[in-house]
Amino acid sequence: MSKIPDNRAWWLVLPVLLLVAFSALVPLMTVVNYSVQDIFGPGNAYYVGTEWFRDVLRDERLQASLLRQFGFSAAVLAIEIPLGIGIALMMPKGGIRASLCLILLAIPLLIPWNVVGTIWQIFARGDIGLFGWGLNQLGFNYNYTGDPVDAWLTVLLMDVWHWTPLVALLCYSGLRAIPEAFYQAAEIDRASRWAVFRYIQLPRLKNVLVIAVLLRFMDSFMIYTEPFVLTGGGPGSSTTFLSQTLTTMAVGQFDLGRAAAFSLVYFLIVLLVSWLFFTAITHMDKER
Amino acid sequence: MAEIALTAMAHSYEKEPAGPEDYAIRQLDHVWEKGGAYALLGPSGCGKSTMLNIISGLLAPSEGQVLFDGKPVNHLSPRERNIAQVFQFPVVYDSMTVFDNLAFPLRNSGLPKAKIRERVNEIAEVLELEPLLHRKARNLTADEKQKVSMGRGLVREDVSAILFDEPLTVIDPQLKWKLRRKLKQIHEQFDITMIYVTHDQLEASTFADRIAVMYEGRIVQFGTPTELFENPNHTFVGFFIGSPGMNLIDVTRCPGGVQFGNTRFPLSEGVMKRLAETGSDNLRLGIRPEFIELTEPNPDSCPAIVEDVEDLGTYQILTAQLEGQGLKVRLSEDIQVERKQVVHLHFPARWLKLYVDEFLVEASP
Repeated sequence: MSKIPDNRAWWLVLPVLLLVAFSALVPLMTVVNYSVQDIFGPGNAYYVGTEWFRDVLRDERLQASLLRQFGFSAAVLAIEIPLGIGIALMMPKGGIRASLCLILLAIPLLIPWNVVGTIWQIFARGDIGLFGWGLNQLGFNYNYTGDPVDAWLTVLLMDVWHWTPLVALLCYSGLRAIPEAFYQAAEIDRASRWAVFRYIQLPRLKNVLVIAVLLRFMDSFMIYTEPFVLTGGGPGSSTTFLSQTLTTMAVGQFDLGRAAAFSLVYFLIVLLVSWLFFTAITHMDKER
Repeated sequence: MAEIALTAMAHSYEKEPAGPEDYAIRQLDHVWEKGGAYALLGPSGCGKSTMLNIISGLLAPSEGQVLFDGKPVNHLSPRERNIAQVFQFPVVYDSMTVFDNLAFPLRNSGLPKAKIRERVNEIAEVLELEPLLHRKARNLTADEKQKVSMGRGLVREDVSAILFDEPLTVIDPQLKWKLRRKLKQIHEQFDITMIYVTHDQLEASTFADRIAVMYEGRIVQFGTPTELFENPNHTFVGFFIGSPGMNLIDVTRCPGGVQFGNTRFPLSEGVMKRLAETGSDNLRLGIRPEFIELTEPNPDSCPAIVEDVEDLGTYQILTAQLEGQGLKVRLSEDIQVERKQVVHLHFPARWLKLYVDEFLVEASP
């Protein structure tokens, strides 16, 4: 078969270009466009250069919110990843009990996010919520609407309840993919339970763990609905995370230029951290 | 090191085996002596690997006992039995280096560091893995991975036995031969009980002092390579060992011997006596292609027509028709035979074996 050079073939790329343009480029460029202008009304916008960016980066309220956000995401990863692995290791290998476990695990994942917030808002109330009431009965002075630490822990617990199953399911699938021969060889080599985990299971979970860590980082870093419904960001601003600060700015104060600049910074942070995680994990045990 | 005995041992993968065909291993007694080099030879699906896994403890036999030095070990795990096993397909811990892979079983046993280093280097030298010691195991070729797998089995000094489950399947022929020699050397050097599963008779006979031939879940013969060749106990051994396998001819009784068509084969009195004791009509006469001779026509010879001649370099294989029965004859290179030619075959009496119900009948001593 001989090749015929025909530049009209480039038209075939057009559908993809259009799709990407509408799904990603146009919306993103709109935000970029906003971020460099001060808009007072239709037809009344001024080019301001990087002023919004400088402004946003110096904003103390945003810095505090960013710090809280990092703290929250770090806590989420530190709890959910080991817990998810632990649950996956304890799950039955097959049969009806495995199916039951999988269904039970999947339930929190199926609940809409604002419903999760509502469930926990009621569940954690000191007067009528089983969880809050129970804690108070046990002698803890627990009040998530008044105490910043309690509020923080409640949001964290809610996220752990909601999303650890995802990590567990991913790990479970990874564990099931390990051939039986490895366990047999380990048994012959007299490996301890810990050695089996450390040298057989963990290395082979690496790929699913990359996915789990990235998903949980991105999702927790963008968390909005659940804390908004549960605590509204309070008490004070103790559970106000980045996306809520952004929404307040863009929708509440209609500060479009500043919000656009903030969005871009936000986006770049997510991209950067995800890239760092990905690179770090995939290079973890490369040949020295 | 241990003597491994199987007593009244049988295994079935079915929960409730209905008949003998449900058994992967039919009831048997067998002893693997301390320090021997054994091969377990048989076709795929004959129960070799099942037997090996039962010895190592990865599988619990459904009936009977496994004894190590006379002590029952049925309930003990491979760890407690202190067994090393090398699997058919390489299993390496791919996040570790080759060195760490080899050291893994030793570290698990809590050996001191200096001792581990010494042993690993020793085994790496034998298997020629030294240049790879600090490479990650994942980047190795299949050959190298299997050498690492074998190394993990060989590195332990104090094992009861080392079991090999067709360990050279993935290795290319050149290296195969070399590794087989290595195993033999290691056996001579360390004097460890080794059981080597294979379906390759050449592999079995180069490695082992004695070979157990398995067929349909039974050990049909246990003997030296020469015994298996010269005196097959079962038609399967005759057929499976040798290349090509034994000629087996269906025969019927006749006065003073057995006959096939118009050809009569006289049998010794001792064999005739034993034959008379059995009522079975499932009689077969076996003779190896190596033992059939070409002669000048004489009263004892049988005329046959040459159908085909295969020249295999150092010898040739004749396919001849004797009253409709195909026979293979192995001849040396220098004999000239043409297709369609009539040859006269002589069957030396001492190499004619009679099988009743597939088992050899010998004159009672």
